[in-house]
Amino acid sequence: MTDWSAPIGGLRPEPLDVPTLVERLRLTVFSAGYAAAAVPALALAIVTLVAIPTGLAGVGVLLALAAVPATQALTTAHRRVSGLLLDDEITAAYRDTSDLPVLARPFVWLRDGERWRDFGFLCFSATGGFVLSLLPAALVAGPVTYAIGLVVDTSWAWFWLALLSGPLLFVWWVTTPALVRARALAERGILGRSRLEARLEEVEESRAEVVDSSAAEIRRIERDLHDGAQARIAAVGMNVGLAEKLMATDPEAAAALLREARETTVSALEDLRSVVRGILPPVLADQGLAGAVEALTIGLPLPVTTTFDDVPRLPAPIESAAYFAVAECLANTVKHAQATRAFVRATHDGERLRIAVGDDGRGGADPGGSGLTGVHKRLGAFDGTLAVTSPAGGPTTITMEVPCPTP
Amino acid sequence: MRAVLAEDQALLRVGLERILAAGGIEVIESVDNGPSLERALERDDFDIAVTDVRLPPTFTTEGLAAAVAARSRRPALPILVLSQYVEPLYARDLLADGRGAVGYLLKDRVSDVDEFLAAARQIAGGGTVLDPEVVASLVTRRERPLDRLTEREREVLTLMAEGRSNAAIAARMFVTEKAVGKHTNSIFTKLDLPQAADDNRRVLAVLAWLNGE
Repeated sequence: MTDWSAPIGGLRPEPLDVPTLVERLRLTVFSAGYAAAAVPALALAIVTLVAIPTGLAGVGVLLALAAVPATQALTTAHRRVSGLLLDDEITAAYRDTSDLPVLARPFVWLRDGERWRDFGFLCFSATGGFVLSLLPAALVAGPVTYAIGLVVDTSWAWFWLALLSGPLLFVWWVTTPALVRARALAERGILGRSRLEARLEEVEESRAEVVDSSAAEIRRIERDLHDGAQARIAAVGMNVGLAEKLMATDPEAAAALLREARETTVSALEDLRSVVRGILPPVLADQGLAGAVEALTIGLPLPVTTTFDDVPRLPAPIESAAYFAVAECLANTVKHAQATRAFVRATHDGERLRIAVGDDGRGGADPGGSGLTGVHKRLGAFDGTLAVTSPAGGPTTITMEVPCPTP
Repeated sequence: MRAVLAEDQALLRVGLERILAAGGIEVIESVDNGPSLERALERDDFDIAVTDVRLPPTFTTEGLAAAVAARSRRPALPILVLSQYVEPLYARDLLADGRGAVGYLLKDRVSDVDEFLAAARQIAGGGTVLDPEVVASLVTRRERPLDRLTEREREVLTLMAEGRSNAAIAARMFVTEKAVGKHTNSIFTKLDLPQAADDNRRVLAVLAWLNGE
């Protein structure tokens, strides 16, 4: 059974065998589909061309309301198919018009670059693209036709033509992957977002995430203080005040209240310390990443080997993000992995900080889990990446990279 | 005296219960969230409700909202609001109906047990008690017209705004009540406020003025 949605394989000549033949036929079918799509593309291109000048007369608006969504459906299908063939995801970002009255939408479409690219695609699909994609199908269809012709009508003309079949099939065999790939690349070029646009979007998204997560962080800190240290200190005040009142009348009760106040003071300080640690671990400020990770592992219930090879002091925000990322990974190890040992390996090559955190536990770590997603966002703020390899049964290794040239 | 108490932090709730009990105020209902407080405020057998601003489930201004709502149904229902923070805006919400019998204090003030109990009694008796912090923030906001007051008069105004009676102000400033009376008259004249006989109405007038109404 052939996998219809597989990407295009290599372009180098391959051995003559059944799977390769099937692959060639599969690509030919795709190519024929591309060519056939020229028919709706041409129709839509014509309707669109008519719609633009007649838009002011009102007729064009109606035409556009029919043609533009149809075009979008067509290009979306093309994006999917070409994406499958290139093993890539081709995305589009149309301007959102869902909240506009229907009749106002065409005027937004007129100003939307994405729609114009759709129109450009229609023109390509109906002309050059059509020829490009017709070739593989035509190269196969020719010999098939000659063979049938020879059977039906044994004339010399068919015979000579049939002799052409060999070279035609050879050309088909050799060029089909390249032709289909060229078509898919052209589609990505016309319909896909440029790298710069995609990058810009990525940056905007990660910035929004950072803003969200720091807002959430600030809320958390405020709540921690309000419910922890602040409340405890207020309680101390109440106890001491009451003790002061009872001093003369009931000294024993007063002493008990004071004792309680003293204990509450200790826990208030603990609260404050844990809040401060959550903001910026003092050891990180004092010792840098290596010392802080070392200190982190001391308190864990399993042996952790930490190796830091020539990692310099890095900018504080990066150190902090890396520290919390490592802390989250190790916390996951302790909570879920049932591991007997773990490691943290960090290297810096002058350009990038690479940290691997791993354990010999049962694996199955979920990169989509809230903890790792949080780590990913934290690192994303610095263009960092996170990769998880954690097969069921283990071992788990989480690799993080953050670009940061040596200061 | 009987009280209803709302505070979500167990530690503080117990502390407040103890302190109220030590002052001879019986806590007849003690709750830790907004909806329960709303139900408790329906009762008519308490002399004062003491509540935290922030309560579950939303942890925003649940307690304050319940207090304001209860007072709109039952005017001048005595309420003392406690908070970790002082927010002049909340003070304004509480004072808006101009009926007195409200208080807004920082939780820190509770550690001065006698002061706190005195404040509770004052509110139960229809008085108004505001935290010095609130008053300070109001006084600094209305800086310019206050320039007309002397240092002494400003001191009297601040103490008055906290809800103290003439007698209490006199004790605080180590002067006679008569001297305080003179100062207050002068303040009222300078700030163009309506003269009023009873302490609380006077306090409310001052607060209304400080609130910039």
